[in-house]
Amino acid sequence: MDNEVAIIGVGLHPFGRTDGLSGQQQGAYALREALKDAGVEWKQVGVAYGGSQDGGNADALSNHLGLTGIPFVNVANGCATGGSALASVIAAIQSGMAEIGVAVGFDKHPRGAFNPRPKDWGLEDWYGETGLMLTTQFFALKTQRYMFEHGITDDALVRIAQRAFRNGALTPHAWRRRELSYEEIAESMPVNLPLRKYMFCNPAEGGAALVLCSAKHARKFTANPVIVKAAVMRTRHHGSFEVFNPGLAAQQSPAPTVMASRAAFELAGVGPGDIDVIQLQDTDSGSELIHIAENGFCEHGEQEHLLRSGATDINGRLPINTDGGCLANGEPVGASGLRQVIEICTQLRGQAGQRQVADAPRLGYTHVYGAPGVSAVTILQAG
Amino acid sequence: MTLDTPPKLACPDQLELSGGLPTLMGSRCRNCGEVYFPASQGCTRCCAIDMEPFTLGSEGLLWSWTIQGFQPKTPYNGGESEADFKPYGVGYVEMPSGVKVESRLTVADPAALRIGMPMVLTLEAYRQVPGEAPVFTYAFAPAA
Repeated sequence: MDNEVAIIGVGLHPFGRTDGLSGQQQGAYALREALKDAGVEWKQVGVAYGGSQDGGNADALSNHLGLTGIPFVNVANGCATGGSALASVIAAIQSGMAEIGVAVGFDKHPRGAFNPRPKDWGLEDWYGETGLMLTTQFFALKTQRYMFEHGITDDALVRIAQRAFRNGALTPHAWRRRELSYEEIAESMPVNLPLRKYMFCNPAEGGAALVLCSAKHARKFTANPVIVKAAVMRTRHHGSFEVFNPGLAAQQSPAPTVMASRAAFELAGVGPGDIDVIQLQDTDSGSELIHIAENGFCEHGEQEHLLRSGATDINGRLPINTDGGCLANGEPVGASGLRQVIEICTQLRGQAGQRQVADAPRLGYTHVYGAPGVSAVTILQAG
Repeated sequence: MTLDTPPKLACPDQLELSGGLPTLMGSRCRNCGEVYFPASQGCTRCCAIDMEPFTLGSEGLLWSWTIQGFQPKTPYNGGESEADFKPYGVGYVEMPSGVKVESRLTVADPAALRIGMPMVLTLEAYRQVPGEAPVFTYAFAPAA
């Protein structure tokens, strides 16, 4: 395709807790790192898309970087904010709107589970007041039903968390860098059964940014561009089992992840078997469990065997969340989807150090899912 | 359950209390027949906006469940202190129409919950603050 877009710079402010810096400051830090990595000045950037949930407006980053007059669009798509921002920048570059664009995300959440306001989601107050409007509950209810339908046991949930923390320990910028034993995870506090404390990621802080340009110009800026073969965002259809739903339809329909994944594979002209390194949304072990199959990397119900066999480990056939994912990095909502893309770029550039996937991975995959039923998928290729 | 005075309800529009058992109220699309809980202004299946009230009933089968193990932040207003918080069950119950209703469960013991078990609707005083009338919401209990 002659109007492909490439990622030419990546930048991260490490996730976790940074008491002295606001969310916007962490976003500005990440953006400067990405510009430096690309060898591009802020003045050269023609369009920006960005978002945060609790850290304020993304376009306020211009006050840190310089008021250059560019269109800077604020994105608010829950956990899928980063993926949505990225898909938007790519479309803008492909349309000819700008030569160079950036996607940026950051956040700074209070400690503990999110407490959304029902009215923001078109729901009545009683749903929150009576204790039904919690993301952790939704993940548990969806996981419980999924495990029942596909004959999966708690073992799979423990192994997903164990691998995340094992990979996090190999990742210098990860927040949680201590390996956890099987027993520590399996016996941790029941938060929302079947999900326990160490099977959930924590809301956190951090920033992530990407610099992109038309692929045909990418080598002017960098020796190792990453080509975006697909960046697709989809929202839910009637009948899919989504967060913040007091009632579910009689007939279930495929999740937005399935639709986004299929469209991305079609656009890129590759299949799940061609992918060398994978990032899947793992707000909790149950979500990753479901997402492995929803993204086409195995059949529903095959996950337990896959996990036991080590296939999803760094040296396995399907390396998933090589940097420890959300479980080891925490989830600053605005930045999280871009952190996934940065990890894939790092792997495709062969710069992932101790967690590097062997044999020069060529194709990578990222997937985010967010409330109230949004999914974004990218397929990335070493340039 | 017998009550001397009408109970104070968190969600009066969702419930019909005039019969024997409390009954859940939803809506149905006049165009395609799709059923909703809570009542919906329009049909997300066929995009029509012609809805009618629909009685969902009082009984169903447990479709999924979890135990809420920590005290939610606001807007939850159970009113108890963190020390007094008791985990509660939450589930989806499949009603005869096929719609699954999210609900508190009267039991919070994993050993007492099983997908597919019959459940029956009741009222639960989820907010009990001294000096105030208790506030009730709908909850499902294992059918006797």
